[in-house]
Amino acid sequence: MLIFEQSRPGRRAFAQAPARKAALDDIPAEFLRDKPPALPEVSEMQVVRHYTRLSQKNFSIDTQFYPLGSCTMKYNPRACNSLAMLPGFLGRHPLAPLTHSQGFMACMFELQELLKEVTGMSEVSLVPAAGAQGEFTGVAMIRAYHDAQGDTGRTEIIVPDAAHGTNPATAVMCGYKVKEIPTDAAGDVDLEALQSAVGPQTAGIMLTNPSTVGVFERNIEQIARIVHEAGGLLYYDGANLNAILGKCRPGDMGFDVIHMNLHKTFSTPHGGGGPGAGPVGVSERLKPFLPVPMVAKDGYGDYYWLTEKERPQSIGKLMTFAGNAGVLLRAWIYARMLGREGMIRVADHATLNANYMARQLEKAGFDLAYPQRRATHEFIVTLRRQAKELKVTAMDFAKRLLDYGYHAPTTYFPLLVPECFLIEPTETEAREELDGFIEAMKAIQHEAETEPDTVRSAPHTLPVRRLDDVRAARELDLKWKAGE
Amino acid sequence: MSNIPSDYRYTKTHEWVRDDGDGVVAVGITDHAQELLGDLVFVELPEVGAELAAGDECAVVESVKAASDVYCPVSGEVVEINEALVDAPETINTDPYDAGWMFKLKLLDEGEVENLMDAEAYAEHCESEEH
Repeated sequence: MLIFEQSRPGRRAFAQAPARKAALDDIPAEFLRDKPPALPEVSEMQVVRHYTRLSQKNFSIDTQFYPLGSCTMKYNPRACNSLAMLPGFLGRHPLAPLTHSQGFMACMFELQELLKEVTGMSEVSLVPAAGAQGEFTGVAMIRAYHDAQGDTGRTEIIVPDAAHGTNPATAVMCGYKVKEIPTDAAGDVDLEALQSAVGPQTAGIMLTNPSTVGVFERNIEQIARIVHEAGGLLYYDGANLNAILGKCRPGDMGFDVIHMNLHKTFSTPHGGGGPGAGPVGVSERLKPFLPVPMVAKDGYGDYYWLTEKERPQSIGKLMTFAGNAGVLLRAWIYARMLGREGMIRVADHATLNANYMARQLEKAGFDLAYPQRRATHEFIVTLRRQAKELKVTAMDFAKRLLDYGYHAPTTYFPLLVPECFLIEPTETEAREELDGFIEAMKAIQHEAETEPDTVRSAPHTLPVRRLDDVRAARELDLKWKAGE
Repeated sequence: MSNIPSDYRYTKTHEWVRDDGDGVVAVGITDHAQELLGDLVFVELPEVGAELAAGDECAVVESVKAASDVYCPVSGEVVEINEALVDAPETINTDPYDAGWMFKLKLLDEGEVENLMDAEAYAEHCESEEH
């Protein structure tokens, strides 16, 4: 029930009523509304109950195991929250003078340095406000680089079909044509296809390593050589950085640009449309093009902003200020709490958890998409056999998992594996939780064999049953209209 | 097994071509392709007058599972598009080979059609992709 539907005329929550009338003197009369907005009229207790119940219906990392592949749904430590909300951080205005901002600037400088160290890149800008903007920034810098060389004939970006799903969209947004190349049977980039795809038209390649099929790209050095010899640049999608944290570095693999999803690898809260952070790192030759402002340190140890004045070739500003400060702070705190050794353990445990689950599920009779490969931080189960023989699809399994109290893994992605589950447990789950999920999968398999309709019609225990996603897509209507 | 009409020609990327005479062909996606995609919710068609080369990305079909590019099977100029699909993309699910046609091309080189797979070769191709 919507809160609007609980509305009764005259009912009030006095605690939330404004203390005084807002001053509207400077708004022209024609823009002022002549009747009050149709807000729900409810009591304070109704509001509390309504939103508490809504939050209880939600699946979240604070309530459930959430093995959403490629999304790194790890626990967000409370310490990151409470420290980032210290009054000195919360109260700082972005236009405050530098002398009043040295503490905050020191944190941002250290975060830049830390991300450089972790990725092996030459310089980092924290500005991009989300992963998608980070990707856009990365490819915009590739374009700026080629333009600065007078090399304007490069019109294509190569994207392997195991790359992250957003990569082709980013290339197109930056005005490039996408050239897709296939993955070989073992999950690596098809080198012959790459060799024949590169040429004077190649601006670069966008790679996710480990890729979205959950394996480490073993030929990365050859790929770097082929693309660089053709005059192209290498873009690293940081979606799966969690698997290699402290183990190996994109900069050492030959990448020229990388974006990092701090909400994945550095454990800042995940979206829901909220603020994000997608810092970018670059190799030596792309440094002049990084977005401003960035934090620098002068000879006296004071921090200051690098702007377009100091960086005339910068692709410019991406937002009003220097990124989402609160999110960046949380990532800095997370990294400081882990330290160098902790960072390596993140990769160790993320990979161990994924491989444990993969082998246990294989033992339980499920088909791995790449059984011959060691998984990275995530792996793929294909339910093609179940779909064909039992007419129970990956979607049916996913919905039934909700009844068992588990958020479903990523389904039907990557597209190159049919009926797939992309499962990423992350390092923050205990073994008992992983075992619980494995038992649920076994139970659903048994149901699929003995009472398939139970699985096909799931979920049965949630506030809503199977959603009609086809109709939702065809007749999208999100508006609640008063009086209907 | 999905339906594969014997008088059509096919591509590896699951488009079909039907000879409509006078150097014009109709293009759509196969029954197998629509089966893999599931219920379609959106179709983007090329513009009439667009000149396409074989292999060009020329249309998009989107289901609740995935968005897929449609590749132009042969070179030519778009002379007609099936605008009914914009409001009723599900037509491709129910009738992929007839009412679900996507666009018509005036061929640049009629020989190109002969290079495409016939029904038998396409059936083998689908079979091999299964494994």
